[in-house]
Amino acid sequence: MIPSAFDYAAPTTVEEALALLAGADASGDDVKLLAGGQSLIPVMKLRLADPSLVVDLGRIPGLSGITDNGSSLTIGAMTPHHVMATDPLIAAHVPLLSQAAATVADPQVRHRGTFGGALVHADPAGDMPAPALAMDAVFNITGPAGPRSVEAAGFFQGYFTTAVEEGEILTSITVPKFDGWGSHYEKFTRVAQQWSIVAVAALVRVEGGVIAEARLGLTNMASTPLRASATEAALAGCAVDAEAIAAACAHAAEGTDPASDLNGDAAYRRHLATVVARRAVLAAVGLQGTRG
Amino acid sequence: MASSTSISVEVDGVSYTDNVEPRLLLVQYLRERLGKTGTLIGCDTTNCGACTVHLDGVSVKSCTMFAVQADGHKVTTIEGMAQNGKLAPLQEAFHQCHALQCGFCTPGMIMQSASLLKENPHPTETEIREGLEGNLCRCTGYQNIVAAVKSVADGVEYGDSGVCVSESLTHEVAKELTDELTDDDSETAGVS
Amino acid sequence: MSTTTESAHSSGPSPEIGKSRLRKEDARLITGRSRYTDNMVLPGMLHLAMVRSPYAHARITNIELTEAKAAPGVFAVLTGTDLAAEQGSLPNAWPVTPDQKAPAHPAVAIEEVAFAGEIVAVVIARSAAAARDAAELVDVDYDELPVVMDLEEAFTDAVLAHTSLESNKSATWVFDSAEAGTGTSIEDALAASDVVVERTLYQQRLIPAFMEPRSTVVDPTGEQITMYSATQIPHILRVMLALTLGIPESKLRVIAPDVGGGFGGKLQVTPEEIITLLAARRMGKPCKFTETRSESLQVGHHGRAQVQRMKIGATKEGIVTGLSVNLLADMGAYLGLITSGIPILGAFMYNSIYKFPAYRFECNNIFTNKPWTDAYRGAGRPEATFAIERMMDELATELNMDPLVLREKNWIKHTEFPFATVAGLEYDTGNYEAATAKAVALFDYDGLRAEQKRRRDAGATIQLGIGVSTFTEMCGLAPSRVLGALNYAAGGWEHAQVRVLPTGNVEVVTGSSAHGQGHETAWSQLVADRLGVPFENVEVLHGDTQVSQRGLDTYGSRSLTVGGMAVLAAADKVIEKAKVIAAHLMEASEEDLDFTNGAFTVRGTDTSTSFSEIAFAVFSAHNMPDGVEPNLDSEATFDPVNFSYPHGTHLAAMEVDTETGQVKVLKYVCVDDIGVVVNPMIVEGQVHGGLAQGISQALYEEAVYDDAGTLVSGSFVDYLVPGAPDLPHYITARTETPATSNQLGAKGVGEAGTIASTPAIVNGVLDAIRHLGVTDIKMPCTPSRVWHALQEAKSTGGVQ
Repeated sequence: MIPSAFDYAAPTTVEEALALLAGADASGDDVKLLAGGQSLIPVMKLRLADPSLVVDLGRIPGLSGITDNGSSLTIGAMTPHHVMATDPLIAAHVPLLSQAAATVADPQVRHRGTFGGALVHADPAGDMPAPALAMDAVFNITGPAGPRSVEAAGFFQGYFTTAVEEGEILTSITVPKFDGWGSHYEKFTRVAQQWSIVAVAALVRVEGGVIAEARLGLTNMASTPLRASATEAALAGCAVDAEAIAAACAHAAEGTDPASDLNGDAAYRRHLATVVARRAVLAAVGLQGTRG
Repeated sequence: MASSTSISVEVDGVSYTDNVEPRLLLVQYLRERLGKTGTLIGCDTTNCGACTVHLDGVSVKSCTMFAVQADGHKVTTIEGMAQNGKLAPLQEAFHQCHALQCGFCTPGMIMQSASLLKENPHPTETEIREGLEGNLCRCTGYQNIVAAVKSVADGVEYGDSGVCVSESLTHEVAKELTDELTDDDSETAGVS
Repeated sequence: MSTTTESAHSSGPSPEIGKSRLRKEDARLITGRSRYTDNMVLPGMLHLAMVRSPYAHARITNIELTEAKAAPGVFAVLTGTDLAAEQGSLPNAWPVTPDQKAPAHPAVAIEEVAFAGEIVAVVIARSAAAARDAAELVDVDYDELPVVMDLEEAFTDAVLAHTSLESNKSATWVFDSAEAGTGTSIEDALAASDVVVERTLYQQRLIPAFMEPRSTVVDPTGEQITMYSATQIPHILRVMLALTLGIPESKLRVIAPDVGGGFGGKLQVTPEEIITLLAARRMGKPCKFTETRSESLQVGHHGRAQVQRMKIGATKEGIVTGLSVNLLADMGAYLGLITSGIPILGAFMYNSIYKFPAYRFECNNIFTNKPWTDAYRGAGRPEATFAIERMMDELATELNMDPLVLREKNWIKHTEFPFATVAGLEYDTGNYEAATAKAVALFDYDGLRAEQKRRRDAGATIQLGIGVSTFTEMCGLAPSRVLGALNYAAGGWEHAQVRVLPTGNVEVVTGSSAHGQGHETAWSQLVADRLGVPFENVEVLHGDTQVSQRGLDTYGSRSLTVGGMAVLAAADKVIEKAKVIAAHLMEASEEDLDFTNGAFTVRGTDTSTSFSEIAFAVFSAHNMPDGVEPNLDSEATFDPVNFSYPHGTHLAAMEVDTETGQVKVLKYVCVDDIGVVVNPMIVEGQVHGGLAQGISQALYEEAVYDDAGTLVSGSFVDYLVPGAPDLPHYITARTETPATSNQLGAKGVGEAGTIASTPAIVNGVLDAIRHLGVTDIKMPCTPSRVWHALQEAKSTGGVQ
């Protein structure tokens, strides 16, 4: 309950933050960036993380908020989950993010926890990575060498590991608008306040009664979020029909590598992925009886 | 960068300026430095919600914030809820609806309920339950907590007996029921 | 049914008994003026941090303290060796057999640790942070020893949990109805049965998970040692500390201030309490230890953890002929205060509400390298109820009979009370027909059966099951003679004082020690009702051995049925005494006085004197009758002659998603008969909370260990205490047959919901998918377990 002692810095500009990171790198300090702190502080309290320096991003203006770019939105990394879940721009153009953000942890945590923080933390059971992956979000990162952008496909690199290098900061995320798409985030847990056992982020575009395109992101089916590529392929051109959708979603676990833990073994998770994927897609296309 | 940082925080209407170690959690600052022991600590993994306070009017778990992060902000705890000696509506409702037993989850429950009603003034029962998902109670089974929150949302006037407990039977009714059901010396329990 | 016993006799226009009085306790708790132990700060107070073994079984070979002792703010770092001369061995108050084996249990381990989390050193420092930091610097070397984690494996003695013991077996305790003369031989009964159903059932290990982590503050300043502790048992704790540490009891004061839930989990004398006391005594300064939640889950005593090997026999008509129960009970590594007796408390309840002639119970108490088990809500009785109710459903399936019909064929009819059971108890009253009929009606049993059939016929994804649990429990622990016969070290009485203040206000001092149950309110109602004084004028004092000198505390649904009766008896003594004085004041004969609504009236006249007038007259003492002491105080000790036997019928409609294994409570109805009720609001709250914990055992909670002995479900992230969205709306009702074991007719309600609900839920889950070939699922019935059971049934083509 009492973290190890650490030094604390609260820079007010990104440049200042980068300088702190560079300084820590030079002196060999173990540095952690503090965003909403809803994942970092608990592990520090358990002394599973003992940084010598904590750099608080909470005092830097301009790291949160949503900008409309016309065909895309740019979302500040420090935008809290609660804002993600309730912001009208997000609800209008990328409702998948609202839906997923509303399932993160609990209301108090959503008031503090941030979109960017959750993405960089990259917990395999976290709810924001899979939707970001499904949407082909672009991650805007700043570092000593200046800004760079990373495509979603290359962002999530492993268990709690992303393309954000030491000394770098994720500043914002750009997501294309999915106007006209159906979407749904289906999350499976044992109790409400729990990390996803399996969850599926679904985006579906229907044209003339046929699924023209589908994008599915899988939560907690490997050490990183995954796209359910086989199901996406099978859904393309598929009729908006429960049976056809079910058949396509039977491929949802292909290429996955889920863990076994207290909530279920890998075999169970593979099975769950097919059911949860089907329910997500059915909800995304507005078919009643998602439990069919 | 310092091993001790000066912060200024307004807590329950009073301004404080203190030097704190960066690792000091907001809840520890409230309890140990300010004596605000009404806010309680029930876990160390951000699950139980006993430590819930309002930061600038929004519910947060004060065990999952460093006190330094509250610098320049306004904190309201359970001790700041009653105004001029009058209980806040949710405090009154928790009393009227028997929404507490041991009372340990209660400060956090009330603070989260207040935040919930601010964001959604007319929640359904399901929305209340979901809005309290980050607050654990081991005594009440939640039913009366949900009823208490609902009673505030619905503007319920509590009667003489006060309680809005569901389905509770009085002594007389319970006894009548037993007598009635056994008057005929029935050998059947009504199973078809 | 039995007739109504003598009930409250001074009912005014608005009787207190049966009234949903709002709680007096609430005001401080809803405003943050609470007094939990960890809130306490004393001048010069030092803080403790524990160094705990990461290994489940190991020999301590070296402890290096130099660095820790040199850390900033550290006053001392102590090991088991340092404390060896004074720490004694933690007490076990229930040697269930004369040859019970138990390892010594020093608060700080000296040579060997037997579970992960056992304390090996303690740091005393100026702040909690300094203590924690220094604890990280204590370097302990261990030689790991083989661990035995599985109960059935431990029973084989292949690996020993303690090197000091020759066997993992602590005791074997047997009850046989033929030997006891309460019934016939189980072997004969089973041999003569048309059907015998045999099952092995598992009670998973549970963690009480009270919301307030345990905390202790010890103040050694002055002439005595004062301990504030988050405990259910200040009185028992005081005696046990005195006996364990050799401190005169008169030099110890134990205070349980506001306590944030217990559920049996704070019915313990803990290593941390002993250590904090010894630290404070050494330092001459107040010391505090507050555990983290992770520590609480890891080392606070756990509950349940039994393997139940069951055999039930019946005729083909469904008349039960006999029951054999063979238990393995996991003690964990050490015997706590009543660890060894917990399964024995269940022994008398396996026959439940049924009247079969033959019964045998055997329990082997076994050590493992896990933390100790001990009381958890229900303590022995939930295990018994779960097993018999699961077996009744298995038998109903075997006989192709409705589970309610089978129960009805076997239960004790209301006309048959009092009833001497095969387990040797005498049930005084009950009416299982009434409770069941009411539950069936509220539940719409037939309607839900029809819906179940519809879903089965349609092959619906979401199947529906109906879980039945009819139960009784023994409450009001306990008649002291019975406890004596069971080798329990203490009695089962309770004590109370009533003190009338000069203004007519009344102080009630109770030996009960509430931690959420609302005794301040309910005891006020009892006394207001008896003395006819306003409810508001009664003040209940408890939880401090200096205020309430005698008591046996709160557990086992005993407070009202035992403690409440002591309060009533003390109040009656006050009335008797006041009557003498009233007669004197009014110059009347005592025989001519009536006492109603708080006043004595000379029968047939308008002459009366109120309770408060008498109180002031006693205070001034100007005009007392000869030989009467000028006070209106009294005390009483109540020792019950029998247990009380609440009962009820619980029905659960369970939905099972056959695709995911997800289980949901669609509808839950319970009708409980807890006798006469003082405060229906409080009673309903107790039922709700009990249901939540029982449902949670069935669906959510389990302490899981890895093979090395580490608790995997070591935080609330993995030990799933359900939240508001995870539990249903409960439909509750009551029937009422008064108990005869106490003058009020009350039976106790603290554990009913927990005891009855677990089997209702599991029976309901199985009923939903039994037609798909699933015959058992271990608790908790997780989606994963349900799904795997369905797959297994499918692969073996196992439709019955």
